[in-house]
Amino acid sequence: MIKIEKLQKSYKNILALKEISFSVHPGELFAYLGPNGAGKTTTIRILTGLTRRTSGDAWLGGFHIEKETLKAKKEFGLVMQSINLDQELSIYENMDIHCRLFNMPHPKRRKKIDEILSYVDLADRKNSLVKQLSGGMKRRLMIARAIVHSPRILFLDEPTVGLDPKIRRRIWALIKQIQNTGTTIFLTTHYIEEAEFLADRVAFLDEGRIVVIDTPQKLMDQTGTWAIDQMYENKMETVYFDTRSKADAFIAEQQESYTLRRVNLEDSFLSLTGKKVQC
Amino acid sequence: MLNGFTAVYLREMWILKRRIKRQLLSMSVSPFLYLIAFGYAMGKGATFDGHTYIEFLIPGLVAMSSMTQAFAISTDINVARFYWHIFEEFQAAPISNAAYVAGEVLAGMTRGFISVGVILVIGLCFNVFLDYGNLLFWLAIGLNSFVFASLAVWLAMLVKSHADQAMLTNFIITPMAFLGGTFFPVERLPVWAQKIICLLPLTHAAAVIRKTAFGTPPDLFSYLLLLVIGVIFFYAALKCVDIARD
Repeated sequence: MIKIEKLQKSYKNILALKEISFSVHPGELFAYLGPNGAGKTTTIRILTGLTRRTSGDAWLGGFHIEKETLKAKKEFGLVMQSINLDQELSIYENMDIHCRLFNMPHPKRRKKIDEILSYVDLADRKNSLVKQLSGGMKRRLMIARAIVHSPRILFLDEPTVGLDPKIRRRIWALIKQIQNTGTTIFLTTHYIEEAEFLADRVAFLDEGRIVVIDTPQKLMDQTGTWAIDQMYENKMETVYFDTRSKADAFIAEQQESYTLRRVNLEDSFLSLTGKKVQC
Repeated sequence: MLNGFTAVYLREMWILKRRIKRQLLSMSVSPFLYLIAFGYAMGKGATFDGHTYIEFLIPGLVAMSSMTQAFAISTDINVARFYWHIFEEFQAAPISNAAYVAGEVLAGMTRGFISVGVILVIGLCFNVFLDYGNLLFWLAIGLNSFVFASLAVWLAMLVKSHADQAMLTNFIITPMAFLGGTFFPVERLPVWAQKIICLLPLTHAAAVIRKTAFGTPPDLFSYLLLLVIGVIFFYAALKCVDIARD
């Protein structure tokens, strides 16, 4: 559904993306994980036509992003990291403009907007101005707007950034629901638990390069099952173990305080890149 | 080719509708002050070609206001681009650059026409009755608005910040507003200055708007010139939409 070959982007002398290649399968939820500045948003911006590539190729639903740009753009919906809604317009007007951009005919447009607003629990607020909405409502509206034209691919660029944990979980449930309709989802995030909870496969991105792509479970298994964090002279060190018994044996020899926990994707990222995702 | 054009245009119109009271008030402040200051205070008793100065001034204000209001679409584009990031919504949509530019230019032209309506109403309050039924009068306003709305979209695609936009207004629009034959007859300037000022589109727009409002035949070359300049600016805007990416 999404195919990228040797995609590269440079800004003057800085290489933001370094010949990345991968594919995302139909119906898959693919998470793109990396620290700030790794190149996550740049990838999405190139795929969605907001930024020009320097070299390489990419296809969305079989259409080349620059050679068949209008066809490729019909294939996806996009939720940007920043709130890009018309604050002075109502929820319905924001949705209506989007539908007109996708050339949806009038009767279908109205029906579909009502249907999608009900889906994201905003039907009763459809005449409210966007500036009167909470942060969580705005995020739901952005998702609603991105799926109202029934795209086969949904790009979500840090969709829960700045939201409190309760609302974040509500957005996650919504994303899962959308995936269940068969939509392919490309998600960028620097929230470890978001990628763990949602993703079928995860790509680790670091300094514009793909480090590894695999399922969250396999990535964590490669690192270990248990992790012990220890503080040494203001420096945190983490040791990984395959089994609980090995971890317990290590703990028995320790004098310093420690924390025993299960391995997560942050550990996998750390062990592969030497860096943390969440700085 | 123009799929999505209505979305771009309607968005601007819905926003304008929400702000219409403020907008109308704002559109009427400058012309009102010019009419008081120049029309009544300074120009009282002065005549030009058999018309009072206030009659001379109204068509000039029509030209100036349609220019400034059409050009003001650039501010809205910049707010949408740099502050609200709405431009990304258009960039990611399956619409052509032509649809986007056409929508914004038409929105600028609509603003230009609304501002002309405001001035004509203010003119009536000052007992100024000119020939507004002439189709060529409205065609001149349309072309003038087209030129400056196209210029606005072109420049809005090139600027990198709000500050750049304000600078362009100061360097392009403000001098043109005062020198383009709006407040005084260009013929009163030295010949070398007339030659320079005749290169400005507003000079031609003000001349034909004034002539048609006075019921005298306008110079059709000015219409052609405005059309050509407008098409050039429109084409430049089309080419620069891609530059606004990155």
